[in-house]
Amino acid sequence: MRALLLTLATSLALAAPAKADIRDAVTTFTLDNGMDVVVIEDSRAPVVTHMVWYRAGSADEFPGTSGVAHFLEHLLFKGTDTLAPGELSATVARNGGTDNAFTSYDYTAYFQRVASDRLELMMRLESDRMVNVRLSEEDILTEREVIIEERNQRTENSPGALFREQKNAAQFLNHRYGVPVIGWRHEMVTLDLDAALAYYKRFYAPNNAILVVAGDVTPEGVRALAEQYYGVLEPNPELTKRARPAEPPQTAERRLIFRDARVAQPYVSRSYLAPERDAGAQREAAALTLLAELLGGGTTSYLTERLQFESQKAVYTAAFYNGESLDDTDFTVLVVPADGVTLPEAEAAMDEAIESFISKPIDTAALARIKMQIRASQIYARDDVGNLANVYGSALASGLTVQDVQDWPKVLGSITPDEIIAAAKSVFNLDRSVTGYLMKEKGDAS
Amino acid sequence: MRAFLAAAFSLALAIPATAGVTIDEFKTDGGLTVWHVQEDSIPFVALELRFQGGASLDAEGKRGAINLMTGLIEEGAAELDARAFAKARDGLAASFSYAVYDDTLSVSAKFLTENRDEALELLRQSLTSPRFDQDAIDRVRAQVISGIRSDEKDPSSIAGQAFDARVYGTHPYGTDRSGTVDSVTALTRDDILAAFQSTVVRDRLYISVVGDISREELGPVLDTLLADLPETGAPLPPAASPVFDGETVVIPFETPQSVAMFGQPGVPFDHPDYFAAYLLNVVLGGGGFESRLMQEVREKRGLTYGVYSYLVDKDGADVWLGSVQSANNRIGEAMEVIKAEWARMQSEGVTETELEDAKRYLTGSYPLRFDGNGPIADILVGMQMQGMGTDYIATRNDRVNAVTLEQINRVAREFLKPEQLSFTVVGQPEGL
Repeated sequence: MRALLLTLATSLALAAPAKADIRDAVTTFTLDNGMDVVVIEDSRAPVVTHMVWYRAGSADEFPGTSGVAHFLEHLLFKGTDTLAPGELSATVARNGGTDNAFTSYDYTAYFQRVASDRLELMMRLESDRMVNVRLSEEDILTEREVIIEERNQRTENSPGALFREQKNAAQFLNHRYGVPVIGWRHEMVTLDLDAALAYYKRFYAPNNAILVVAGDVTPEGVRALAEQYYGVLEPNPELTKRARPAEPPQTAERRLIFRDARVAQPYVSRSYLAPERDAGAQREAAALTLLAELLGGGTTSYLTERLQFESQKAVYTAAFYNGESLDDTDFTVLVVPADGVTLPEAEAAMDEAIESFISKPIDTAALARIKMQIRASQIYARDDVGNLANVYGSALASGLTVQDVQDWPKVLGSITPDEIIAAAKSVFNLDRSVTGYLMKEKGDAS
Repeated sequence: MRAFLAAAFSLALAIPATAGVTIDEFKTDGGLTVWHVQEDSIPFVALELRFQGGASLDAEGKRGAINLMTGLIEEGAAELDARAFAKARDGLAASFSYAVYDDTLSVSAKFLTENRDEALELLRQSLTSPRFDQDAIDRVRAQVISGIRSDEKDPSSIAGQAFDARVYGTHPYGTDRSGTVDSVTALTRDDILAAFQSTVVRDRLYISVVGDISREELGPVLDTLLADLPETGAPLPPAASPVFDGETVVIPFETPQSVAMFGQPGVPFDHPDYFAAYLLNVVLGGGGFESRLMQEVREKRGLTYGVYSYLVDKDGADVWLGSVQSANNRIGEAMEVIKAEWARMQSEGVTETELEDAKRYLTGSYPLRFDGNGPIADILVGMQMQGMGTDYIATRNDRVNAVTLEQINRVAREFLKPEQLSFTVVGQPEGL
């Protein structure tokens, strides 16, 4: 609820739409004040998903205020000039709808799912809190306790989450992707009204927002309502191009050990700094997406084959890459060792498998299976129009265009084995990597 | 946590459908009852099979056998070993998911129209000729044991399992369906075969199909798919006798935030007061941010990120559960507030406005669940298992709206049992 988006990417990154008829169902336009609009038509059920995405996430925060993007997301349910605290959600519920919001590194999004004849009401509520939020000191203090309990639940109670947080901090030397979305605890406890409002005034404006409406609607109907409710809002003239501190050259292999008595199953994981999808230039990211699938995307992947079926040194292996990111992201490989296998042995087996994968020709049958799944995912994706709204919203908030989203399956389908190997050789550079051991308190790391 | 899974399941069952979904109920030539919705706009089919019984059919001393068996169904069939089977499935871009819960074993399949026959043949092989190769058993067993060990160190899992043990005792619901490290280690291939034969059988099977397939095509397809299954399996377990002693049990575990599970006796789905109880729960702790528990524990006091209550209807038990997580020095206060709200609801009931709001939420959200072939297939198979007719969809909102303030407040007085509300807390709670 009012959730934090988990950022460990999975192979779902493949599930982008682009069949001819899907493109026909998507309409885009921009309001005079700069607000982008995406409409996705699906009339199978009288339902609509209404979302507003802001091109602002935790990586856009001012230093020293980590967690404020997510904190503000909570506070936007606290009321406006005309709505009492909680009244927005209560109104949505009374209309048979559900609502929520989520924050990630690159964006913050608010959404409602409701009968399509209630779309106007949703726009009235959402456009209101884009500019009219009103907060009291008491709201701030109580809700700060809530986000600290949220951090307790998601992070402090989970050694795996604490480990990933430390590892991420080591991966990014300068960029704020190294700071957790939920925030560092010592900064969260100091977040105040000024910090929340500073973030709000800077980033919450129609020219920094994307409206996505998906379901039983028409583009003309959405346009008329959007102009009425969002089109009248003043743009923020001081909004500048998004530019966050960039990574310097990374020249040192980093290694860390995280120990915790609550660890039941030790594992080793390694992340490498990796390029992201860029507008109009998605090939390398597409090659890395396929690499993650081939290497660690399931039962038929290379790591599974080598380490789970053949040498049986692992009980679980995986590779993750999500190219949807405004700035450089990471590519992660993970091995959970079998009983009796140490972490150094598991790491050695992982290295050996990666080395052998790069040095051999790509298994073209495996690549063909993955490309078949990509094609099918475009068909399956049409069954879930709410998810399509997410696909478009998150892509646009991450610096991509509608064209990039619609090209993505085609780009994936056109990637050659040589491009995959080239991407692997470029990314698997230990100087830009962090290797982490998650261990029991008294475990032996040698 | 499995209580959450169970809750999500019962919620899905209790919120039915909308106009636009036309269910065709028919019997195949082979005698199978099917709920079918033809939806041709996207060229794929969603198929749901549910075998009643699930992990509760584990034989004496073989806890975890059905769970391990379920994990092995996709690890090779007929001529294909585990890897060959996975390659064949992926090459067709079909998805088969096999899962087991306390009362059901579920098979969820999605496949494209363009290779429907090949996908169904592969699915048939997995259901009728699973190989259960020894190397696959050992490999998947190691994964299951790894999961059991992780659960032993996870406060939410510890709380869920300890709570179930207290409430259900020696009934299968009282132990985790994954089994223990010892019980799973001892399982043999014969145990896996026996688990399969006791569970994946025709006489406790429920079927729904939604997507790009006609009734004429579907009947023979299902008869072929399921003809070779055994007719009957192990007897269903007797009903459980849940015990709620009203006590608080603390399980010490070094972690910053305590996890609490709580519960009291529930209300059967076929009870005439079920809808009143369901609405009552929405007001108490089942809705969104508007529920009393969320308002009092989170919104007013900031004691938690989330607190929920939910009615759970298992085949052999009806319970009313809840959960909350708070820092060790605040969990005591959170529990006091929950107990006070439970007692206040029992004595004072809900207001007219609360009842109206809950009705509007439940009836208005009614069409939202029927928004895709996969979700519709899931709901339809669940309706069959609950014993509903296809006409239930048309009458369900009327039943919600028929609940009066007098009825819901009588139900609050009769069914809420503050003195029986029992807590299991895992962590280092202060002052309990």
